[in-house]
Amino acid sequence: MAIKVLKPGLATTVQDLGRPGYYHIGIPLSGGMDRHALAAANLLVGNEEGAAVLEAVFMGPELEFTDDAMVAVTGAELPPKLDGTPRETWTSFQVKRGQKLSFDFLKQGARAYIAVSGGIDVPLVLGSRSTYALGALGGFKGRKLEAGDELPVGTSSASVSEGRTIAKELRGLPAGMPTELRAMPGLYWHRITEQAGNGFFSDTWKVAPEADRIGYRFRGGKPLEFVPREPPFGAGSDPSNITDACYPYGSIQVPGGTEPIVLHRDAVSGGGYFMVGTVIAADMDLIGQLQPNMPVRFVKVGMDEALAARHDRAGLLAKLRSSLV
Amino acid sequence: MQTRFSFGGDEHIFAEVDDSMSLEAFFKSLFITNAVRDAKIKGVTEICPANASYQVKFDPDQIKPDDLLAELKRLDTATEKSEPVIKTRIIEIPVLYNDPWTHETLMRFRERHQDPNGTDIEYAARINNLDGIDGFIKAHSSAPWFVSMVGFVAGLPFLYQMVERQRQIQAPKYLRPRTDTPKLTVGHGGCFGCIYSVRGAGGYQMFGITPMPIYDPNQEISYLRDFMCLFRPGDIVKWKPIDRAAYDAAVADVDAGRFAPTIRDVAFSLTEFNRDIDGYNRKLEGVLHGH
Repeated sequence: MAIKVLKPGLATTVQDLGRPGYYHIGIPLSGGMDRHALAAANLLVGNEEGAAVLEAVFMGPELEFTDDAMVAVTGAELPPKLDGTPRETWTSFQVKRGQKLSFDFLKQGARAYIAVSGGIDVPLVLGSRSTYALGALGGFKGRKLEAGDELPVGTSSASVSEGRTIAKELRGLPAGMPTELRAMPGLYWHRITEQAGNGFFSDTWKVAPEADRIGYRFRGGKPLEFVPREPPFGAGSDPSNITDACYPYGSIQVPGGTEPIVLHRDAVSGGGYFMVGTVIAADMDLIGQLQPNMPVRFVKVGMDEALAARHDRAGLLAKLRSSLV
Repeated sequence: MQTRFSFGGDEHIFAEVDDSMSLEAFFKSLFITNAVRDAKIKGVTEICPANASYQVKFDPDQIKPDDLLAELKRLDTATEKSEPVIKTRIIEIPVLYNDPWTHETLMRFRERHQDPNGTDIEYAARINNLDGIDGFIKAHSSAPWFVSMVGFVAGLPFLYQMVERQRQIQAPKYLRPRTDTPKLTVGHGGCFGCIYSVRGAGGYQMFGITPMPIYDPNQEISYLRDFMCLFRPGDIVKWKPIDRAAYDAAVADVDAGRFAPTIRDVAFSLTEFNRDIDGYNRKLEGVLHGH
């Protein structure tokens, strides 16, 4: 069976849970920006949690099914329509051969996950079906979808019923305004003054238009003041430069001290800008659901709180799983 | 050099061997990451050496962050005692310096450059007190370079020339990054050279282009069938200046699947290198050409 892409949406890509193990040669993890929503979509249609799905950002695609399938849309509130009739998000629904799946305008969040029973069956590349567009690797021909593409779909042995749904409290979406992103100070934190460090965590930032799978840029907070130094050999003359180093996923670099960038699943693996710290793993999914202009605060945490948050996030997925059994 | 450790969130440990670049700092980071790989520590998922630092990614559900930190500190101390010798490869990369494609690009983005009236290579020659374009090419291509880091994007090598600090070529990045760089551009920023593995944005000065692909996600290029990225940290690169005719011939060979890069296995000793840098580099070149 296959899915015909009638309209591709804005930047719809095939993603699974990613491609670990190659960051040392510049190939990032990739995979769904909101991994919780990706796993949920798969579970709703009876797939393995890490099966390949479509990640649509801001705007949905228009798809035609060549065979019957179970479908679920999770993540952003991007309401699906089947042959023009509205369907619920976070709920499995049956699609018949020849039917068309389209989407209404985005109501909330940023990225929707469209799972199809059997999973999107593009070839595994280095162990994953995720698209890494910057390297033209994986996914469907290494790129975002285009009109006319035909996506292969795997066969599903699971028999799941229509109307399976996930309760609101198990969806793990950003809550509250501004969205709070917990971050551990570190890395090159010592490069900024104490006052600048306090300002970084007390200011409210806004998501800038430059926000994609590589990283999210923020603006609106006070510029960071640097501790004076003699530039080390190899670092470069700007106070925000370092001798090019590795960038952790979630690391917060601040080129020129003005606009923080949080690196995400398609991160550039290294470079020459200092970083003030790292968003904890438990809050990375939330970033994938932020729209430009949304307010954000960075909340300072230590390792113990980060590990507790990690435990809570894993617990949420465990609860979601058992709610579907 | 005292390694500085920091947690990068709950999944990374970042280790800065030195805040400035040197062959010693690079060697130590390469050595430790090799030791970490050999130690096969449970829960470690990515081991990434960089120029003068490294990063280890881990799963805190499998190893406590403090336990991993203690293990890395132990390896850091143990490594200091070992002889700085590595088994690596030396790879010859043909370069058409001052080529028409990077020239077209650098002219298109001239208002973003420090010197809008010249070219990148003329600018770099001047600020490094080299004798014009020819003097620059000689300095750039006569001594080999270490691949000190692979990354930024897939397969992109950062390169550090194997000469004394006072002979290092230095050039700032563009004032504002370009939105375009030809694939396989030979670039330079700060004290680092690079080869752009894919077309895209970039801020490094552009000096030339190589006909030799270094990244092939489809793995159709003969020497990239085993793995899609050519470079590994620790590889040694020797540039070979070529003219337009040789460039065109090499491109035709690549397209026809008959381009065979010159790659030789070699052992490198930092101690012996430091004893006689130019002599040691001549020996490395001898290995490359089979004598």
